[in-house]
Amino acid sequence: MIDKPINNRAWLLVLPVLIFVLFSALLPMMTVVNYSVQDSMGANNFFWNGDAWFRAVLDPSTDIGARFADALIRNLAFSFTALMIQVPLGIAIALCLPRKGWAVGPCLVIIALPMLIPWNVVGTIWQIFARADIGLFGAALNGLGIPFNDTQDPISAWCTIVIIDVWHWTPLVILLSYAGLRAIPDAFYQAARIDAASRWAVFVNIELPKLQKVLVIAVLLRFMQTFMIYTEPFVVTGGGPGSATTFLSIDLVKIALGQVDLGNAAAMSLIYNLITITLCYIFYTIMTQLDRRRDA
Amino acid sequence: MARITLDGIAHSYDSGADPSSYALKPIDHVWTQGRSYALLGPSGCGKTTLLNIISGLVVPSEGRLLFDDKDVTFLPTEQRNIAQVFQFPVIYDTMTVAENLAFPLKNRGLGRAAIKARVDEIAGLLGLTGDLKRRARNLTADAKQKISLGRGLVRSDVAAVLFDEPLTVIDPSLKWELRSKLKAVHRALDVLMIYVTHDQVEALTFADEVVVMKDGRILQIATPTQLFEQPDHTFVGYFIGSPGMNLVDAEIDGAQARVGEQTIRLPARYRKPPAGSSVRLGFRPDYTTLVPNGDLRVRVQKVEDLGRRRLARVSLGAQDIFATVPHGQSVPAETAGIAIKPERLFVYVNDERVTGEPL
Repeated sequence: MIDKPINNRAWLLVLPVLIFVLFSALLPMMTVVNYSVQDSMGANNFFWNGDAWFRAVLDPSTDIGARFADALIRNLAFSFTALMIQVPLGIAIALCLPRKGWAVGPCLVIIALPMLIPWNVVGTIWQIFARADIGLFGAALNGLGIPFNDTQDPISAWCTIVIIDVWHWTPLVILLSYAGLRAIPDAFYQAARIDAASRWAVFVNIELPKLQKVLVIAVLLRFMQTFMIYTEPFVVTGGGPGSATTFLSIDLVKIALGQVDLGNAAAMSLIYNLITITLCYIFYTIMTQLDRRRDA
Repeated sequence: MARITLDGIAHSYDSGADPSSYALKPIDHVWTQGRSYALLGPSGCGKTTLLNIISGLVVPSEGRLLFDDKDVTFLPTEQRNIAQVFQFPVIYDTMTVAENLAFPLKNRGLGRAAIKARVDEIAGLLGLTGDLKRRARNLTADAKQKISLGRGLVRSDVAAVLFDEPLTVIDPSLKWELRSKLKAVHRALDVLMIYVTHDQVEALTFADEVVVMKDGRILQIATPTQLFEQPDHTFVGYFIGSPGMNLVDAEIDGAQARVGEQTIRLPARYRKPPAGSSVRLGFRPDYTTLVPNGDLRVRVQKVEDLGRRRLARVSLGAQDIFATVPHGQSVPAETAGIAIKPERLFVYVNDERVTGEPL
């Protein structure tokens, strides 16, 4: 038997981090949990309300439940649309980029530029850009005979938000895919040429399998970010027209800060959080298990 | 296909470069079917460039490449009848071993039954039959290299298999086995094999003929025995053999050479080399014995017992050379002589072997 000196002083070193996490995440989170199980008649008087808020939010027949269900569907639809466009588009553009030479640097910088612009600036740019009367994008579309008005027409508003997100964040998928592609040794391409593989066969049998790991990361990041979308619809459409672009986060802010309905908002945000975590977990498990299953 | 002809092939990665800085200097050579060749040389000597020119991954800056009598210089890789095995195993991760082997045939539009028959045959030859259903990426490095090789061999039209240092990532204990497998495959299929390596043991044991290269130039093309017994270039003498050939500065005067203060009789009469050229005598330690009184006087520094033989490090004037100490002979004291086998004593002028008139 080995006698190991036991010394718990190392815990002290972790303490600053624990304190930081406590104030930055744990306490705010617990405050929300607190709100979600209490009701208030004002004057800072709270009383126990049990799981009533949760039941209301999860029941689509109630007013708040209907709002939550609608917004959730919009969120899922938005994330799905954005991922379906961004991932294939990102891979396609990454495949077109030069692999070496002087053009690599300028190409990467130009591609990365949208990511450097803060969300609210992006929103403001597009708010003006998409205007039907003076915006280059909106006015040009109308000039071409395509009816477009992002403040009155739900489809226009949706398209605008999706295009903004694609414009803003496809670069992330491009850069990740590009890094993944660059890591494939030349010998694989040379062997494929000797085997007379078509371009498509090279993509399916060499590039896509080697990209799998970075794509897991890209899909996870993009899913989380699109599922949390707030600033763009807030700035550009304000959640409208009607409630066409009222996503969970927008509705949450309206309920919590607009209507000061803390109980409903707290319950909703906790459920929202759980859904995000669960979906990420499911994505991750499916994408990694798929790989392992094929190995067996 | 019976042969591959290199007709003045040269290559530079930098267009417009001076011919003396070419990665590959002009080469004329003919590779014939059924033989195995090794391209041997240090890193950066142009051997991989030459291999890639043959496989079509690199288009040479100059010269023509002929498969039989057909000019294939500009023909893309997939239309040439060659297969290549790379330094690191290249396999298709998502496929099973069988699918990997079938891939080149499928791409060329062969029927299902024909593919299966051919895959089974090659898998048998390489000892992969038991693994056909397994996913290729779970196999060991040597099995993966066999798959890479197999993907080349399944094509019945393949005339040449090119190897680019294929044993680099293989476990040392398995290298020998894989190399014997290559030789067995070579015998069974009667294809032309070209093997690039910087390991002289690999080259000498694998190939019928070895091409020694340095700085983009072919120094000598010969059988392993010839390379050992009659190197054409000082680099060949030095690079092949362990330790390499002894090279000592000398002055040539007819059938005599002066080494420092001493004189040695040469086996032939040599013409006087041009002024200012470097003249050296070359003789392998294996053909040089340490004796009490010999052709040249040397000072013994150290004797190493290598088990199979004993090797003496001696100094000849200011130069250090190696000599063999015959078994059963006691090592002479500080000063001794060396005896050189006359037919294995060569004269090199500017690093090239020169021949003299027999006496």
